[in-house]
Amino acid sequence: MTQTKTSPGGRGTLYKGREGMWSWVGHRITGVGIFFFLLVHVLDTSLVRVSPEAYNAVIGAYKHPIMVLGEIGLVGAIVFHAFNGLRIILVDFWKQGTRYHRQMLWAVLVLWFVTMVGFSVRHLMTFFEGWEGF
Amino acid sequence: MTTTNSDAVLPAQGIEAPRSGRIDPKYLRSNPSAGSFEMVAWVFMRVSGAALVVLIFVHLWVNLMVGDGIHQIDFAFVAGKWSNPVWQFWDLTMLWLAMLHGTNGMRTIINDYAEKDSTRLWLKSILYLAATVIIILGTMVIFTFEACLVNEAGELLEYAPAFCENVTQ
Ligand code: HEM
Ligand code: HEM
Repeated sequence: MTQTKTSPGGRGTLYKGREGMWSWVGHRITGVGIFFFLLVHVLDTSLVRVSPEAYNAVIGAYKHPIMVLGEIGLVGAIVFHAFNGLRIILVDFWKQGTRYHRQMLWAVLVLWFVTMVGFSVRHLMTFFEGWEGF
Repeated sequence: MTTTNSDAVLPAQGIEAPRSGRIDPKYLRSNPSAGSFEMVAWVFMRVSGAALVVLIFVHLWVNLMVGDGIHQIDFAFVAGKWSNPVWQFWDLTMLWLAMLHGTNGMRTIINDYAEKDSTRLWLKSILYLAATVIIILGTMVIFTFEACLVNEAGELLEYAPAFCENVTQ
C-alpha cells in the first residue's frame, strides 16, 4: 500500500511505502555493504600469493572478538539480502507472488531470525573454544 | 450554444486509444534497442541471485560452521581446499557471479542517485575499473595458487599443509 503525503515545504510529495519501502531500503543497504566487503575479501584472500605469513597474519584479524561480532553482522546482511532476494524473485515470477508479497516478507524476517540464532550460537561456540585470550 | 451534438457524448471516433498502435520513435523515452541490455541485466540479477544463495551459504557453512570454525582458517586450510578442483571451480563461479551481480546492482544505485551526467560517468568508471581489477586478481589467485611452497634449500615451508609431505621430494 502506497501513501503519499505533501512534504512540509509544500512542494512535491513524500513517498511513504510502508513494508515494501523498508524491505527495499534494507535490500539496497545490505547489497552495498556486501559489495564493499567482497572487494576487501578478494584482496585479503589474494595474500595467499604473497606469502603464507602475510595471509595468516591478516586473516588472524578475523579471529579477534570484535571481528567475530562483525562476521555476525556480515552474515546477517547476507542472509537478509539472500532471503529477501528470493522473495523478490517470487514476486516477479510466481503467479500469486504480488498477492502474498507482505506475508512473504514476514516469512523472510522469521527465517532470517531463526537462521541468525543458529549461526550466532555456532559461531560464538567455535570462537570461544579456540580463543586464546587477548 | 444549445446544439446537441450526439457525436460528442459518444466515445471519440477516429482517435485511437493511447499506445494502441505503433508509437512514433520520437515519442519514446528510450531507444528501443537499448532496452534489451536492461532486460538481460534484470534476468541476470535474478538467475545469479538464486545461484549465489547456494554458493555463498555452502561457503559460509564449510568455512565457519563445521570443524573449528573461524580458527581453522589459515594458509593450510586454503591450500587444502584449492587442491580440490571442485572448490576451485566453486570459488571461481562465486567470484564472477557475486562481482557481476554486485557491480550491476551498484550501477543501478549510481543511476538513481547521481544526477549530473559527469558525476555518473566518473562513478561508473571507477566502479567498472575496480570490478575488473578484482575479478582478474581473484581469478589469477585461484589458478596460480601454490600449496606446497619450498625454501631455497628445497625444504617445505612450515606453513605447508600435511599432504605436501607426499607430494614433493
Ligand atoms: C566471515 C565470512 C567469510 C569467511 C571467513 C570467508 C573465508 C574465505 C576463505 C578462507 C577463502 C579462501 C578459499 C576458500 O576457503 O574457499 C575465501 C574465498 C572467497 N570468498 Fe569468502 N569468506 C567469508 C564470506 C564470504 C562472502 C560473504 C562472500 C561472497 C559475497 C565470499 C566470497 C569469496 C570468494 C569469491 C572467494 C574466492 C576469492 C579469490 O578468488 O581469490 N566470502 N573466503
Ligand atoms: C545471496 C544471494 C543473493 C540474492 C538472492 C540476491 C538477489 C538480488 C535481487 C533479486 C536483486 C534485485 C535486482 C533488481 O531489482 O533488478 C538484488 C540487487 C542487488 N544485489 Fe543482490 N543478491 C544476492 C547476493 C548479492 C551479493 C553477494 C552482492 C554483493 C556483492 C549483492 C549486491 C546487490 C546490489 C548492490 C543490488 C542492487 C540493490 C538495489 O538496486 O537497490 N547481492 N539482489
